Amino acid sequence: MSAEILHATAAELAGRIASGEQSAVEVTQAHLDRIEAVEASVHAFLHVDGARALDAAAAVDAKRGRGEPLGPLAGVPLALKDVLTMTGAPTTCGSKILQGWVPPYNATVTQRLLDADLVILGKTNLDEFAMGSSTENSAYGPTHNPWDLDRIPGGSGGGSAAALAAFEAPLSIGTDTGGSIRQPASVTGTVGVKPTYGGTSRYGLVALASSLDQPGPCARTVLDAALLHAVIAGHDPRDSTSIDAPVPDVVGAARSGDVAGMRIGVVKELSGEGYAPGVEQRFAESVELLSSLGAEIVEVSCPHFVYAMPAYYLILPSECSSNLAKFDAMRFGLRTGDDGTLSAEEVMAATREAGFGDEVKRRIIIGTYALSSGYYDAYYGQAQKVRTLISRDFEAAFAQTDVLISPSTPTTAFRLGEKVDDPLAMYMNDLCTIPSNLAGNASASFPVGLAPEDGLPVGLQVMAPPLADDRLYRVGAALERALTAQWGGALLDRIPALPEGARA
Amino acid sequence: MALTPDDVAGLARLARIELTADELAHLAPQLDVILESVARVSEVAADDIPPTSHALPLTNVFRPDVVRPSLAREDVLAGAPAAEQDRFRVPRILGEEA
Repeated sequence: MSAEILHATAAELAGRIASGEQSAVEVTQAHLDRIEAVEASVHAFLHVDGARALDAAAAVDAKRGRGEPLGPLAGVPLALKDVLTMTGAPTTCGSKILQGWVPPYNATVTQRLLDADLVILGKTNLDEFAMGSSTENSAYGPTHNPWDLDRIPGGSGGGSAAALAAFEAPLSIGTDTGGSIRQPASVTGTVGVKPTYGGTSRYGLVALASSLDQPGPCARTVLDAALLHAVIAGHDPRDSTSIDAPVPDVVGAARSGDVAGMRIGVVKELSGEGYAPGVEQRFAESVELLSSLGAEIVEVSCPHFVYAMPAYYLILPSECSSNLAKFDAMRFGLRTGDDGTLSAEEVMAATREAGFGDEVKRRIIIGTYALSSGYYDAYYGQAQKVRTLISRDFEAAFAQTDVLISPSTPTTAFRLGEKVDDPLAMYMNDLCTIPSNLAGNASASFPVGLAPEDGLPVGLQVMAPPLADDRLYRVGAALERALTAQWGGALLDRIPALPEGARA
Repeated sequence: MALTPDDVAGLARLARIELTADELAHLAPQLDVILESVARVSEVAADDIPPTSHALPLTNVFRPDVVRPSLAREDVLAGAPAAEQDRFRVPRILGEEA
């Protein structure tokens, strides 16, 4: 029975809990047991609070017992990326500088999950302050890809994606600054959606790059992601960049999955050299599939996308060097060297030296450089202009298409340790995902098969215009429906069994 | 452009990170490679292009100036590295010669 619970979709679990066929406590306990069994191998979580989760589940069962109406995901367990605040639990952001910090307030996303009666199991692992593509930059050790424990689960939200693929949770929350939802989804065979910038609130999300960061839903199915999207999205007066407009009908789009007559653009620049053969093969097959489902396929060119990565790695470090200045050892987190002789400035420098990892230091220093007088115009100023050109490429492409598609990542999951000290090689993982962060449009990754050469998942990225998030789900649902029919089951049905108990 | 360990030390001082000599030697060539790569943005002719600072057009947002409850003092100080007399306790902020 337990395995059946673990493999059920969030929509199915919510239905069973609402009808009384299964209790929320039973569902939560099954997932806690699974976490207990496989965490030693996977390490998706930084914090699990079983007692609290069971209490929350019991509250849902009691609510149902009293005949009160339940929300569409009430009682369903969820894993929360440890960069969003939640009271009563540590928020570390994968950093030593915030080790043990318990925030005094809930992020808006967290609050909406709690208000909708989702059961939060714990906080998931990530690259420190969401900087990375492999979770290897976490101060608390990497997460392992459940498809192959020697490989990366993607990053920064590797914990949130691995928790899904390991059947530790049916739903999770990620945040996406340059691909941190979509790239982990791609390499773990799961679904990840970056909403339109401003579609979900950043209040209580510990900022990496404020003009790029966006929380979003992660799930094993397209409908589950849409249901979660609907719970967390919508205007928040506490985030000045939050969009005050109705949330697109993402659930309706996920249920429809009709792409007949849709104009789908294939981005010419996101293919070719550097793309693995298996990635290109599965992508080409998906294009054929969408065409056979009635979509009109056109090739589009976005000539400035090749400059997205350099622009991103100037804009992001600049914003992050400024945002992370708040870790000054005065108001929260770590303080070292406060021996009564050192000044506040010296204590701050000693604390940041001890509390930040290599990648965080690299990016803060790059940002400090790019914002220095004399370099500002050549670097940061020029990067902002390139950002305009990338947005214009999107506008021109969306004038002739409804959505754009590309592989989500150039390759499948690489081995842990392979790129850990080669920042540029690591940055290449986000080649396809970065343009949507710079332009702020909606974007998602959906699983489209395994690469023949290594048997690892391949993701397809869909990009939609701002506020047209529903189109992502329409395309994702079409692919999911056709592919599961073709395969005779979900992609994750083919994942190897995980070892249980302590890791050898 | 060849960023030297000395250059990195200068930047680290501005960023308030006390890097060790080993780190300076390790990070300098890495940062150099990154900067060389991102310098490609200068290839784009963009003199007449307006900069984008934010993905979507923003207008300033106002709300009525109504008093709302703020976080409780003890909740805020609970996360502080050091507190004294209901305040954050900080190391001295002035230099010896000041």
